[in-house]
Amino acid sequence: MAHGPSSSFKNPVVNWLDQRLPIFTMIQKEYGVFPTPRNFNYFWNFGAIAMIMLVTMIVSGIVLAMHYTPNTNLAFNSVERIMRDVNFGWLIRYIHMNGASFFFIAVYIHIFRGLYYGSYKKPRELLWMIGVVIFLLMMATAFMGYVLPWGQMSFWGATVITNLFSALPLVGQDIVTLLWGGFSVDNPTLNRFFALHYLLPFVIAAVVFLHVAALHVTGSNNPLGVEPKGPQDTLPFHPYYTVKDSFGTVVYLAIFAAFVFYAPNFFGEPDNYIQANPMVTPPHIVPEWYFLPYYAILRSITFDISIPFTGLKLIEAKLGGVIAMFGSIAILFILPWLDTSPVRSARFRPIFKKGILAFLVAFFLLMYVGAQTADAAWHLGGLEIPLVYVGQFATLVYFGFFLSLPFVGLIEKPLPLPASIAKPVLGGGATAAGAAAKPMEKA
Amino acid sequence: MRRLRSLILAGLVAVAAAAPAVASEEMEYPKNEWSHGAVTRGFSNIFGTFDRKALQRGFQVYKEVCSACHSMNLLSYRNLSALGYNEAEITAIAAGYDMTDGPNDEGEMFTRKGVPADHFKAPFPNEKAAAAANGGKAPPDLSLIVKARKGGEDYIVALMTGFEPAPAGFTVPSGGNYNKAFPGHVIAMPPPLSDGGVTYADGTKATVEQQAKDVATFLAWAAEPNLEARHEMGLKVMIFLIVLAGILYAAKRAVWADQH
Repeated sequence: MAHGPSSSFKNPVVNWLDQRLPIFTMIQKEYGVFPTPRNFNYFWNFGAIAMIMLVTMIVSGIVLAMHYTPNTNLAFNSVERIMRDVNFGWLIRYIHMNGASFFFIAVYIHIFRGLYYGSYKKPRELLWMIGVVIFLLMMATAFMGYVLPWGQMSFWGATVITNLFSALPLVGQDIVTLLWGGFSVDNPTLNRFFALHYLLPFVIAAVVFLHVAALHVTGSNNPLGVEPKGPQDTLPFHPYYTVKDSFGTVVYLAIFAAFVFYAPNFFGEPDNYIQANPMVTPPHIVPEWYFLPYYAILRSITFDISIPFTGLKLIEAKLGGVIAMFGSIAILFILPWLDTSPVRSARFRPIFKKGILAFLVAFFLLMYVGAQTADAAWHLGGLEIPLVYVGQFATLVYFGFFLSLPFVGLIEKPLPLPASIAKPVLGGGATAAGAAAKPMEKA
Repeated sequence: MRRLRSLILAGLVAVAAAAPAVASEEMEYPKNEWSHGAVTRGFSNIFGTFDRKALQRGFQVYKEVCSACHSMNLLSYRNLSALGYNEAEITAIAAGYDMTDGPNDEGEMFTRKGVPADHFKAPFPNEKAAAAANGGKAPPDLSLIVKARKGGEDYIVALMTGFEPAPAGFTVPSGGNYNKAFPGHVIAMPPPLSDGGVTYADGTKATVEQQAKDVATFLAWAAEPNLEARHEMGLKVMIFLIVLAGILYAAKRAVWADQH
């Protein structure tokens, strides 16, 4: 880098290296002095936590792959061999099993933080979209990983989910055959899922690199949603946020460890300790908890969509469900353009804040409904409410939240924004900040 | 911050409050005390260790009763050292079984005495034979049964003690038995345990309840043989992480002292 500043590290070896490959300069710039808003709350820990979980999953996964056999006759017993005979195999396997759940918990909180504080807005649209790509890759990876132990839920989950693609017009059945590598979920399916489950985490790591690179172009958002206006608004990443992230990460790891050591099967299904049997269908097929909201959305579309009075079917219920399920993620891609409000943080958006509460409740409701049988119902007094209605209502709220955003931005009157980050942090009083506030932030 | 937290809490409460009202089809089983902390119930006893005497009694019940029909393919005789048996005892237990081995250099299969490295001898040569001898459906392998059933150990106890005459109006098909704990209440297995059905070496009175609890303990160990190692390591890891978190919190306070 001819135009770059010449290295000036005290250690001559570091200096020699850095003049030829400025990796230390880069670390210094991106993680040392990188100017970071001074007002992060603990929600900003979850990016770092998700990164640690990704590394945890890759390391534990590679060790598992050394002992695992991707063959329908051997897979189940090879996992049990890991649990019983491989040194510390039980530990590595339980870390990987629960690590998936804790990776998703971290990422869900990370995404919700982005939603709540408007981190998806200009100039961070691409950063957000790359994040959604990571989320999609994670879902694919987790789904295929769950198939590998070849338990009953592995097999039947794979059968149900891959069959969804058959709803797509024209190419559906071909896609399913391609996924299966045959005409049912069988040994070729297991083999290709293993290969892809090994590959995708590295793709995720690469996309995470892009995510972080894009983040370091725009810099981080913050709880106030106003851009830093100068050095008084920022702190160097190190030591302020390295130490804060370390603390948050270790607390998170302690909770993770508590599950690994004291409730390792909490997130699991008993049926997955029964070897896969294509001849016996479990009474109740449920996906892993992190897919439940989308599974509930899928099952909420119980009706065909037709042209009124003609009886002409446009979309079969099954296809409708698949569209709704994929749509529930796809809508995140256009979120930056759906939201017309220039104000980022929900703190200053009274209507948006109510909306995101409703969205959060709907999300948990969907998660709950997704775990129940299709014919389950609530009994409130003498009233019987089929859960499918609850799921449909929650689906409506889920999509309603996103689709109402263009109008919310138009009718909402935001609260006055603080003049800068430093003002409310150092000045303390909200009145002082409010008095000096500009009517709207247009960063 | 506080507002956001209350938002999240409100969401969780809304879902949790609604949950108990759902029509429940799943059976609940009476919860027993387990010295090891139930395998399927998280955080039930974080210091738990298996009751060695119960393990040995439970193994005796399996060996003398269950193993007539149920295999435990994932276990080897050498694993029994975890129950407190010494090498000589394990060798003797394994030698009590004839194993088919081979082919030898002449290409013949032959029979030899079992050794500790052998897997538990299965009662039937294959699943089809097991099904044929048991009315069309093979009895499930018991290696993982505690982790493979909702309710775990408590389910095993409920099932073993759940045989009773069918209530009036309930027709039990031929070849079936009524059991109040089994989903659907009709189970092909006849009541396997009876008072005094086994004679315990340690003099414990072999009631059906006692045998049920003992065999459930044994099956819990079989499903989760590393439970004790897990609990032991967990304690060290938790102490380490909590102390580290404390140090990091102090470091965070010190670093941020000039910013507040």
